[in-house]
Amino acid sequence: MSIRLEHLNYIYSPNTAYEKHALKDICLEIPAGEFVGVIGHTGSGKSTLIQHFNGLIKATDGKLFYNGENIYEPGYNMKNLRNEVGLVFQYPEHQLFEIDVMSDVCFGPKNQGLSPEECEKRALEALRLVGLKEKYYKASPFELSGGQKRRAAIAGVLAMRPKVLVLDEPTAGLDPKGRDDILDQVAYLHKQTGMTVILVSHSMEDIARYADRIIVMNHGEVMYNDRPKNVFAHYRELEKAGLAAPQVTYIMHDLKERGIPVDIGVTTVSEAADEIMRALGTEISENEDMTGDGMLDADAMGGDTSDAGATGDGTPDADAAAVGRASGADTADSKNMEKKR
Amino acid sequence: MIRDITIGQYYPAKSILHRLDPRVKLVSTLLYLVSLFLFRSIAGYLVATLFLIGIIRLSRVPFGYIVKGLKPVIMLLMITVVFNLFLKKEGEVLVHIWRLSITTAGLRNAVYMAIRLIYLIIGSSLMTFTTTPNELTDGIEALLNPLNKIRVPVHEVAMMMSIALRFIPILLEETDKIMKAQQARGADFESGNIIQRAKAMIPILVPLFVSAFRRANDLAMAMEARCYRGGEGRTKMKPLRYKGRDRAAYVMIAVYVAAVVAIGRYVPLKIWIF
Repeated sequence: MSIRLEHLNYIYSPNTAYEKHALKDICLEIPAGEFVGVIGHTGSGKSTLIQHFNGLIKATDGKLFYNGENIYEPGYNMKNLRNEVGLVFQYPEHQLFEIDVMSDVCFGPKNQGLSPEECEKRALEALRLVGLKEKYYKASPFELSGGQKRRAAIAGVLAMRPKVLVLDEPTAGLDPKGRDDILDQVAYLHKQTGMTVILVSHSMEDIARYADRIIVMNHGEVMYNDRPKNVFAHYRELEKAGLAAPQVTYIMHDLKERGIPVDIGVTTVSEAADEIMRALGTEISENEDMTGDGMLDADAMGGDTSDAGATGDGTPDADAAAVGRASGADTADSKNMEKKR
Repeated sequence: MIRDITIGQYYPAKSILHRLDPRVKLVSTLLYLVSLFLFRSIAGYLVATLFLIGIIRLSRVPFGYIVKGLKPVIMLLMITVVFNLFLKKEGEVLVHIWRLSITTAGLRNAVYMAIRLIYLIIGSSLMTFTTTPNELTDGIEALLNPLNKIRVPVHEVAMMMSIALRFIPILLEETDKIMKAQQARGADFESGNIIQRAKAMIPILVPLFVSAFRRANDLAMAMEARCYRGGEGRTKMKPLRYKGRDRAAYVMIAVYVAAVVAIGRYVPLKIWIF
């Protein structure tokens, strides 16, 4: 179920004042079963890119292969492609239209030509997967809350049992819990069914937590296409592209610069916590008679991190930025760890 | 696709037409439209064509872009042409098919009508291409201002028009997005008979209505939050003032109308039946 793009170009409204070269010579390969994150600031071409994956937008130039077949060949079965590549749009709740949630989720399977019983079976399964409570199945989709609508809409795509699931900012406008719920469900699906997942997001934290690989888009070009830790190593370049590495990356770089031998490649909060523990652990065991000092150092460092921005004692810009970005949760986390020690 | 609908849209460019006072453009467009019906000879059409070409060149809107705007009215055009072609019974018969015949008068009428309609649409869309919705509203408001005396809510009417115009591209984009979302769920808008196709529109129309109402509600709220309360006592940050080029434009349109009527009526040019 691989998707391969060769020298793909897309131009909006060619030959007018609105002409925009949205995608420039994109070459990519997304193998089956991978969890890929696509990231880029507004207008970088992410949404345009993913709409190529199921043929909703036809490239101005270039080739797109799905399972080795060029989808732009005449006579290619687009309908089948759309059955296999499920696309969840940004704010998918705006596509709901049926009288109740159940019928809306059945819309996709019905279009696939399945029997009403099979449609219902798949709809139930999809609704359960997204974690929508049973009492809402017969409610009008317009009566649900924002998060519930979002779930119903995602279920509408899942019910088609796609082999590739593309999500365009599925968490935009949701609260932190709704965001984690939906992303955890997606990650669970990915593990359970082995489906390919392509997740578009603004949030480096989200992408870092789930993706095997990150594609960074910038001005219609692929800027990076690599494993998360390799991508985040370029955090200065990412900033120039209007993005940022996860807060953890900044903290780890900070720690390293201040002489704590941590691995700067970790990308999630829990990994970072373990890494800090390990680093501090080794430091302590190496200089056993200096235990107290080691602890002091760590504490001083903790204090430093939160003060650096204010004192501005010649810390490099990136450091200040790191402190600025470090959320309460993250710093608290690492501090707690140190205290426990 | 649906984004290609260009009729009634603003086209950003830097031209003398873009800089003209909206009142001049409104009045001129109106005069131009009326003038198209004040003559019926080929000489008049030649003058009108030259004038239109000149205006298109001045506007710096690409010709292809203007032609694209004609697409939605092709059906209307065809119907007009067909009716004129077959239903006019005067003049000598040119072609006779079954019980239908095409006469010289019919052919002439059909061609003239088609040209008039095309010129009419191009002329009026040139105005919207070169005038932003805001300017257009200001222009309409200023021109209709005398009606205020007989208690016509001019400002409100103008505001509604400008909102309607402003929302065309937004709703088109929304339609495009919803269509794509439903297509991604396997919806098919192209095949089937007319009833099936009409039914296939439901998944687009329902969300579109919902979103239109939501947007209208949001807009009303946003306007109220900024203390909008209609036209009474409202002053303008940039009041409309005529400049030299606007006066020149008035003179030009007057000269054109006089010329096209005079030449169209009194210059005896005839090619074949036209």
